Amino acid sequence: MTAASSRSSRRRIAHSAGRLAWPIAVMAAAALALLVLPLLALVLRAPWADLPGLLVRESVLQALVLSFGTALAATALCLVLGVPLAAVLARASGWPTLPRRLLRAAVTVPLVLPPVVGGIALLQLLGRRGLVGGVLEDAFGITVPFTTGAVVVAQVFVALPFLVFAVEGSLRSANRRTELAAATLGASRWQVFRHVTLPLVAPGVAAGAVLCFSRALGEFGATITFAGSLPGVTRTLPIASYLAMQSDPDEAIALALLLLAVSIAVLVGLRDRWLPGVRA
Amino acid sequence: MTQAPGTIRMPRPALHVDVQVARGDQQIAAAFDVAPGHPLAVIGPNGAGKSTVLASIAGLVPLEAGGVRIGDRAVDAEPPEARRIGVVFQDYVLFPHLDVRDNVAFAARMRGGSRAAARAAAEPWLDRYGLAPLADRLPAELSGGQAQRVALARALAAEPEVLLLDEPMSALDVEVRAEMRAELATHVREFGGATVLVTHSPADAAALTDSVLVLEAGRVTQRGTLDELRAAPATPYVQRMLAASAE
Repeated sequence: MTAASSRSSRRRIAHSAGRLAWPIAVMAAAALALLVLPLLALVLRAPWADLPGLLVRESVLQALVLSFGTALAATALCLVLGVPLAAVLARASGWPTLPRRLLRAAVTVPLVLPPVVGGIALLQLLGRRGLVGGVLEDAFGITVPFTTGAVVVAQVFVALPFLVFAVEGSLRSANRRTELAAATLGASRWQVFRHVTLPLVAPGVAAGAVLCFSRALGEFGATITFAGSLPGVTRTLPIASYLAMQSDPDEAIALALLLLAVSIAVLVGLRDRWLPGVRA
Repeated sequence: MTQAPGTIRMPRPALHVDVQVARGDQQIAAAFDVAPGHPLAVIGPNGAGKSTVLASIAGLVPLEAGGVRIGDRAVDAEPPEARRIGVVFQDYVLFPHLDVRDNVAFAARMRGGSRAAARAAAEPWLDRYGLAPLADRLPAELSGGQAQRVALARALAAEPEVLLLDEPMSALDVEVRAEMRAELATHVREFGGATVLVTHSPADAAALTDSVLVLEAGRVTQRGTLDELRAAPATPYVQRMLAASAE
């Protein structure tokens, strides 16, 4: 090999180490365009002048109130049920492998499952002729499917893993030994909770609740399958938006913008706390 | 209450340990006295129960039988926060959400008083341990040696009567170990109270003290100076350990 050719090959190596190969850069740009351009189009094509009128229509307000009400209720339920589940998951590291993996898989399922499947599964459990639904109806006269309650149940089903994984991540960082270290430094139980456990766990719980809320707010597949689309009862914003697309696209776009605005608010609210615990 | 480091202290009490602890199926028993200013190194293989003995002295695991006294004060019925026993944990267990300053100020803050007062009380400790330039960093931004320094400053800033060190070198890179050994020895000397070091390394022990207790499978198998152990190792483990460290 001549000196000149070895120098040029060395330069090529240095060159390729500093910069990405062009096909990768092109693909990455295409991927980014795929993520951003649709949202840009939505904002650019929006009927901005008519927007105030569209957003105060009764059908829109109804869906808005229902969506926020159910998503908040689902988030509250996820907090009540999900924080203890996260605590169990965080302590499960000492368990035998099989039950530990099964537990983690069970919590992860809703993340990878098509939501419609979740809706059908919920019907098999809580439907009028479902495993538990039949008993509820016969014994207590309680009907779950196609009610506002069913909307909340469907939202909890799909949103729970987001909360559980976010809280689990923060519980791990607040491990038991951190609390013991605090005790050796003179902290009482209350002080340990106040100065160590709470500050370590609270950001994870808050981030988890916000993610959980946004997932619940956007829920479509499981909701329409398990709860249907009754105006004012189960017709949430995403469902109303989907239906409006067939009759009144401007209203659909207005609803979509509303959901986009909430999503952006969630993103801004989370910033660097983005999904610390979700490794699924 | 808060005392500037370096000021003359009252004579410190001795530590009297006679503990029996259960860990799973294993029973661990150890009895020893530690005089102030004369650290004791507890050496043993992995799983011998060294860390469990240390945790029982600090009140972090319950005793099956026996007791712990500091001077004339029986502390085994007291919760960890009342014992005045400082612990440097194996992987330091710094508070990840607090910066170096607030880690060192933690004990002062727990004694009551404002955050500002606790931070002011931490300043001399930060200076003494060379931590002032790192005061605003979070534990995740520290090297192993720096984290060890913070852990030691945090424990000693609580003004404990007894100091327990659990494998303080094991989280460090080999290159910095020799330097940190010397530094640790200096700080332990300045502390001057009863000190127990748990380690599996005779070199770590030798840096701090000449007084060694060997714990194997939950039992004390030998006690003496390193020279005495070398002259008459009581078990094959002691012989192997000292031979390995002599290389």
